[in-house]
Amino acid sequence: MNKVSTFLNQNKNKQLKVTRFCGHKMEKFKKLRSTAIPLTIENVDTDQIIPARFLKATDRNGFGDNVFRDWRFNKDNSKNEDFVLNNPKYSGSILVAGDNFGCGSSREHAAWALSDYGFKVIVSSFFADIFKGNALNNGLLPIQVSPDFLSVILDEITKHPETKLEVDLENQTISVEGTSFNSSFDIDVYKKTCLINGYDDIDYLLSKKNDIERFENASKKTITKLNQDSLFFGNE
Amino acid sequence: MSKKTLFDKVWDAHVVDTIDNGPQVLYIDKHLIHEVTSPQAFNELERRNIPIFRPDQIVATADHNTPTKNQHLPIKDENSRKQLEQLSINCKKNNITLYELGHKYNGIVHVMAPELGITQPGMTIVCGDSHTSTHGAFGTIAFGIGTSQVAQVFASQCLLLTKPKSLRVSVNGKLKNGVLPKDVILYIISKLGTNAGTGYFCEYAGDVFENMSMEGRMTVCNMSIEMGARGGMIAPDETTFEYVKNREFAPKDDAFEQKVAYWKTLSTDEGASFDKEYFFDAEDIEPMVTYGTNPGMGIKVTENIPSLEDDSFEKSLKYMNFEKGESLIDKPINYVFIGSCTNSRIEDFRVAANYIKGKQKADNVTAWLVPGSKQVETQIIEEGLKTIFDDAGFELRQPGCSACLAMNDDKIPQGEYCVSTSNRNFEGRQGQGARTILASPLVAAATAVEGKIVDVTKQLN
Repeated sequence: MNKVSTFLNQNKNKQLKVTRFCGHKMEKFKKLRSTAIPLTIENVDTDQIIPARFLKATDRNGFGDNVFRDWRFNKDNSKNEDFVLNNPKYSGSILVAGDNFGCGSSREHAAWALSDYGFKVIVSSFFADIFKGNALNNGLLPIQVSPDFLSVILDEITKHPETKLEVDLENQTISVEGTSFNSSFDIDVYKKTCLINGYDDIDYLLSKKNDIERFENASKKTITKLNQDSLFFGNE
Repeated sequence: MSKKTLFDKVWDAHVVDTIDNGPQVLYIDKHLIHEVTSPQAFNELERRNIPIFRPDQIVATADHNTPTKNQHLPIKDENSRKQLEQLSINCKKNNITLYELGHKYNGIVHVMAPELGITQPGMTIVCGDSHTSTHGAFGTIAFGIGTSQVAQVFASQCLLLTKPKSLRVSVNGKLKNGVLPKDVILYIISKLGTNAGTGYFCEYAGDVFENMSMEGRMTVCNMSIEMGARGGMIAPDETTFEYVKNREFAPKDDAFEQKVAYWKTLSTDEGASFDKEYFFDAEDIEPMVTYGTNPGMGIKVTENIPSLEDDSFEKSLKYMNFEKGESLIDKPINYVFIGSCTNSRIEDFRVAANYIKGKQKADNVTAWLVPGSKQVETQIIEEGLKTIFDDAGFELRQPGCSACLAMNDDKIPQGEYCVSTSNRNFEGRQGQGARTILASPLVAAATAVEGKIVDVTKQLN
């Protein structure tokens, strides 16, 4: 058994409290069956997912109200009826998006906004690194599929909005219900274990404290600490 | 012994532990924080009753959400004010050094840390900001993280990460007159696209980077994220050591010499292999502008917009109100912004001032010059550049991220074009409906003077 599963199992027995931000329990993710919303735009950046003017909050709640704000609403705050999230035909907790989803800024507010809006899975043919990590740290599953399979799903759900997609995290598969279309997807073993059990990284890192302190002592030669004596504290 | 890259050497020196078939525990030397992406991480630790593990390795600044006018007055916007107050409270409570608004070291996180010597070769540096890649200019592994990861570093000074693949971009030859580091990186991204670097850490190599100043190297590494790479690095050399030497928090005397001896060992070994390599000729690069809504949509200022049949491409041109096949030369421009963590260092303002001297800003143009830090602002004044800017009708503001992301009041109005030295031309980035054209400080200065986009090389040669 590898170290992660040993750690996770030990903590499972101890029923260690592993929760998500602001008291929400990080939900366990195993399977999901839902209709999906097609967002056929490529290079969706985090400024579109949540514009910077909404980043002034100091907690992480309520960002869903402003997800895709400038695409969902016109300048006069009326709904942009042409945007897919406003199309009553489409609903569900899966967003299927064009290539290179989540590029740009590292703002985790993007993952919070999508999650708060109700999405549990984002499917694309490519995800930006930081967004992918942020999503996984919030129980929002990014599923990367081939460009061909993405076209198939987009086509199916656009033509038949009632079509449900089935996501099975344990078996790492995504399929289009009522068809033979299905695909497997990759996910880091550690992250998969975390998602299935609803754990995050902090507890694992805290369990490594002794190793970290040992590392600090051993590598003083290569690591430059901030020279505290010359640091200026507070305002002038 | 196996051949190692610069990235391998720095990464391997920071691995605390490796999980079988899983990520590695990577030690973080320096953690930079700002007001926007840290409050939720402080909340998280407080809620879980976890202390900050190494507060003396964290440095905070206020930059994203700060006004660039009247910084001595209370901030009008209530939410902005609260966010800044929260940062002060959090730093005070946890003994974290904060360079708040008005402090002589305040500035954009990626400008102030290098200029104070906090950034040094061979380190690992993270910040809840994707342009943390900037610090890679020093041969540092530096990358942006999300707020959950900010909390992880608070708790343990470490991150769980899978080692990225390696990519090297080499540019050799001599840059033409008027071609700046910004043009080099815009050119590279226009050739490779916005996701070529995703999953990779990039090393920039070749004469062009070797001959570049630290400011230029920072501009290049800053935009690594715009081609998807989490970070970009340049091997530390005499230029790097000279820059770091004598800075406020740099090691001094013998300690510095010892560090230099170590830093000299960090360069990529001859024959080390990369997962992906690209090569470009310096002579092929010309002043660049972007025409679309991602930084990969760039052309030489003398080229025409390409004609592609693609929905996303067409959506982008529609937003920008440009036509396929069109030239941007002579496009009237009403806004010019010189600033951001990409181009707000003293060298950028020297380039602009050198061009502007003796000229006048066009009447139609609003031109904002926003220094990256208080120290840059002071330098601008001391070197007499402010007088040049004032005489030419440019407005020198106070430091901050400003119109790069328009979180504060520095917004470009709906439908207006802005030639900007920042890093992202995303829809609405500089204000709702604003249209951004990314360019170098020289192209931006020339645009402000002419009131339209011009081929600046014609004036130089």
